[in-house]
Amino acid sequence: MARPLINIPKRVKRGDAFEIRVLISHPMESGQRRDEVGKVVPRDIINSFFCTYGGEEVFRAELFPAISANPYFAFSARAVETGLITLSWTDDQGVSGFETVEITVE
Amino acid sequence: MRLATALALCLLATPTLAQPRSGYDDSGPQVRAMQDDDTANPAFLWVQQGETLWSTPAGTAQKSCADCHGPATTLRGAAARYPTYDLTRRRPLALAQRINACRTDHPAAPALPPESDALLGLTAYVALQSRGLPLAVDPTGPNAPFVEAGKTFFTTRQGQLNMSCANCHEDRAGHRLGGALIPEGHANGYPEYRLEWQKIGSFPRRLRACLTGVRAEPLPPDSPEATSLELYLAVRARGLKVETPAVRP
Repeated sequence: MARPLINIPKRVKRGDAFEIRVLISHPMESGQRRDEVGKVVPRDIINSFFCTYGGEEVFRAELFPAISANPYFAFSARAVETGLITLSWTDDQGVSGFETVEITVE
Repeated sequence: MRLATALALCLLATPTLAQPRSGYDDSGPQVRAMQDDDTANPAFLWVQQGETLWSTPAGTAQKSCADCHGPATTLRGAAARYPTYDLTRRRPLALAQRINACRTDHPAAPALPPESDALLGLTAYVALQSRGLPLAVDPTGPNAPFVEAGKTFFTTRQGQLNMSCANCHEDRAGHRLGGALIPEGHANGYPEYRLEWQKIGSFPRRLRACLTGVRAEPLPPDSPEATSLELYLAVRARGLKVETPAVRP
């Protein structure tokens, strides 16, 4: 599986809002479709997504079927101090992803 | 050769479309926004994979694309000139076929399977280098008979519905098929991300969808007809810019 595309500015001014954009490669199988022999394809979607900044949770999402493959998240946070942004998610198979990005606040 | 040139001039003299209109202009604002923003365009998940493959050694010689070509930017403009005639294989090759030919000839690596994530990614990465350049396929010389073959395919009725490509993409372009707008059918953004497919796909895949749509026999992968058609479409869309990796509904 391809790595996610993460777009976070490297440096931000203190107090400014900045955007975090994440595109995750995932089939997001809805559980509604059938395969060529008529068997239901089991649901496999990313069901939760978390983002922390400096150890504090800044964004959390619960996901449901009917979200397209390769989901895209875009949200904002306010720059308080230099630190780590962590992004993590889990899918129905129990496979989880984890990425960290460092951000410098000046 | 003279006949070929005359044929090409004939093609030039009778353009079917005055100003080709990209499928981008026929897409909705949301789809256009996805294509405009590389961080929102899911095709870049594959482009990223292609970028890795570019410098991954392969084959018995353990050489990568980068070992011969250097940075991919050296291939800027290449995608705008494909498909084009290959002297050793004596037939036109599309960009993905050229990449596979390069792999099997030089580092003696196995060809990547058609429609595989690896081949789509590598093709998209190479074509991305030409983004924004106008399509500049040469309709003359050895390409000419294949352009003509592609044009014949484009204008020949086929399938149970007995329709040609031109029936929709020229005669009815701009009108609607059900709720969907019929585009002019230019292949200037492949490999492209289709929301319908939920992944990136090649021109031959899109062609199969059209052929089964008119209930005709879909072409096998790597078929010479598909390459000839792609070549004709590139000539037909001359002047449009390469949009790879495009996003389409």
